[in-house]
Amino acid sequence: MFLSGKSVSSDHFIEFRNVSFAYGERPILNNISLAIPRGKLVAIMGGSGSGKTTMLRLISGQIRPSAGQVLVDGRNVADMNHAELFEHRRRMGMLFQFGALFTDLSVEDNVAFPIREHTRLADSMIHDLVIMKLSAVGLRGTQALMPAELSGGMARRVALARAIALDPQLMLYDEPFTGLDPISLGVIAHLIKKLNDALGTTSIMVTHDVHKSLDIVDYVYFVSNGAVVAAGTPAEIRASPSPWVHQFMWGEADGPVHFAYPASTSLQQDLGLKGGQHD
Amino acid sequence: MTELLLSPLRRLGHTTINAIWRLGFITRFLLAILRYSGQSLLRFNLTIREIYFAGVMSVIIVVVSGLFVGMVLGLQGYNTLSRFGSADALGALVALSLLRELGPVLAALLFSSRAGSAMTAEIGLMKATEQLDAMSVMAVNPIARVVAPRFWAGVISMPILAAMFNVMGIFGGYLIGVVMIGLDSGTFWSQMQNNVDLHYDVVNGLIKSLCFGIAVTLIAVFEGYDATPTAAGVSAATTRTVVTSALVILAVDFVLTAFMF
Repeated sequence: MFLSGKSVSSDHFIEFRNVSFAYGERPILNNISLAIPRGKLVAIMGGSGSGKTTMLRLISGQIRPSAGQVLVDGRNVADMNHAELFEHRRRMGMLFQFGALFTDLSVEDNVAFPIREHTRLADSMIHDLVIMKLSAVGLRGTQALMPAELSGGMARRVALARAIALDPQLMLYDEPFTGLDPISLGVIAHLIKKLNDALGTTSIMVTHDVHKSLDIVDYVYFVSNGAVVAAGTPAEIRASPSPWVHQFMWGEADGPVHFAYPASTSLQQDLGLKGGQHD
Repeated sequence: MTELLLSPLRRLGHTTINAIWRLGFITRFLLAILRYSGQSLLRFNLTIREIYFAGVMSVIIVVVSGLFVGMVLGLQGYNTLSRFGSADALGALVALSLLRELGPVLAALLFSSRAGSAMTAEIGLMKATEQLDAMSVMAVNPIARVVAPRFWAGVISMPILAAMFNVMGIFGGYLIGVVMIGLDSGTFWSQMQNNVDLHYDVVNGLIKSLCFGIAVTLIAVFEGYDATPTAAGVSAATTRTVVTSALVILAVDFVLTAFMF
């Protein structure tokens, strides 16, 4: 099992050591520890608001933990200065939930963006690289289009091409399947797996799409209320007796996670009926 | 009762602290822009692109407004001056009003509504759609790549737009005074030449518009960058840009006029 608290080996590319984080008074992560091995594709799953995206933001150094350490390749992200942080990000690619393509740039300029910003390559070479990256996501021929002319699935694939433009060592996927039709979803899932295998990248995917993710990932962490509640390989997760995993996998309204918001008044009271008891 | 007295006091305190906090934030933002301006000046094509969107696209509205303002000045100026038998001074009146006040102020007001609001909306939407985050995660500083080029584009465009406004305004005054009313063309221009001082009137006017350019563009990019990343947040930020810019332009104009003239 990958989860092993403080005694994780150096072959773990990412480590969370007793990490806590809060937005103001609202706690998001609560003393969480986990490890992600080099070259593996790992999913972090959990409901909305469970702190999954916060974990990606901690890895990319956009926010800092209030306690604990987030180690990337053995280095604590919170200890990095501005230049080191940008160096760390240069070796990392991130696919945002809705792609986050630059709306004022064409597809070609979007994919070329990180290359232009970080290298001194000639325009002809950048053009060739862009074609290769677009070809890898099956979108060669779309170079001249603007992001507004792309479908949701295509935009996500262009964003993926942009994220891998500099051949990152680490890929972060923030809800890559949200809002996609089944075909686009399958294509993106296949691409994520293929890129992970072909580039030898360590990949972390934050998602709540259980079934598609279990088909492609090497390992899964289930997160709820800022803590890991279950972890294992897809086979272990499928066989897991945990009621939490069961509820999440089959989308049941009743279980450890409550469907209804804990209201302070009863339904009868809210409807103005007399004698309403708190339910 | 005590609560009734304290509540407005508390609100006043809160508003004041908030205003000072924002002033500090905007100052630090300006320093950050200056610090990360190297790229937008070295890769000047980034700034030129923004000059096109902010400056060139504002030319039409500035030129047309300038023409109308000049024509109105011509009509009103002639009416008033002719009462005192000094209609010959119309050229000087039109030129001085435009160069010293109306050109820089009105061009800045138009610029803030046309280009400032667009900058705020664009940066705010880039924030709302995670484009700024994406840039930052790609190890590209959004202040250097997005904010600074827009800031310099505004600062460079503003004096040029004000100058265009002045030229068109003077032409409008000429159309009314000379072409329509029939004043002597030679008198119109020579009065203007004799009474307008290059340094005192023209340069001071351009300094004013440079100050307005800095203020308006800074407000626009700051409001966009600081916007709450939602549709309502971007809309509120755009409104704030136009309102704050108008107030700041008029206040700064008063201070500059007091010092300059």
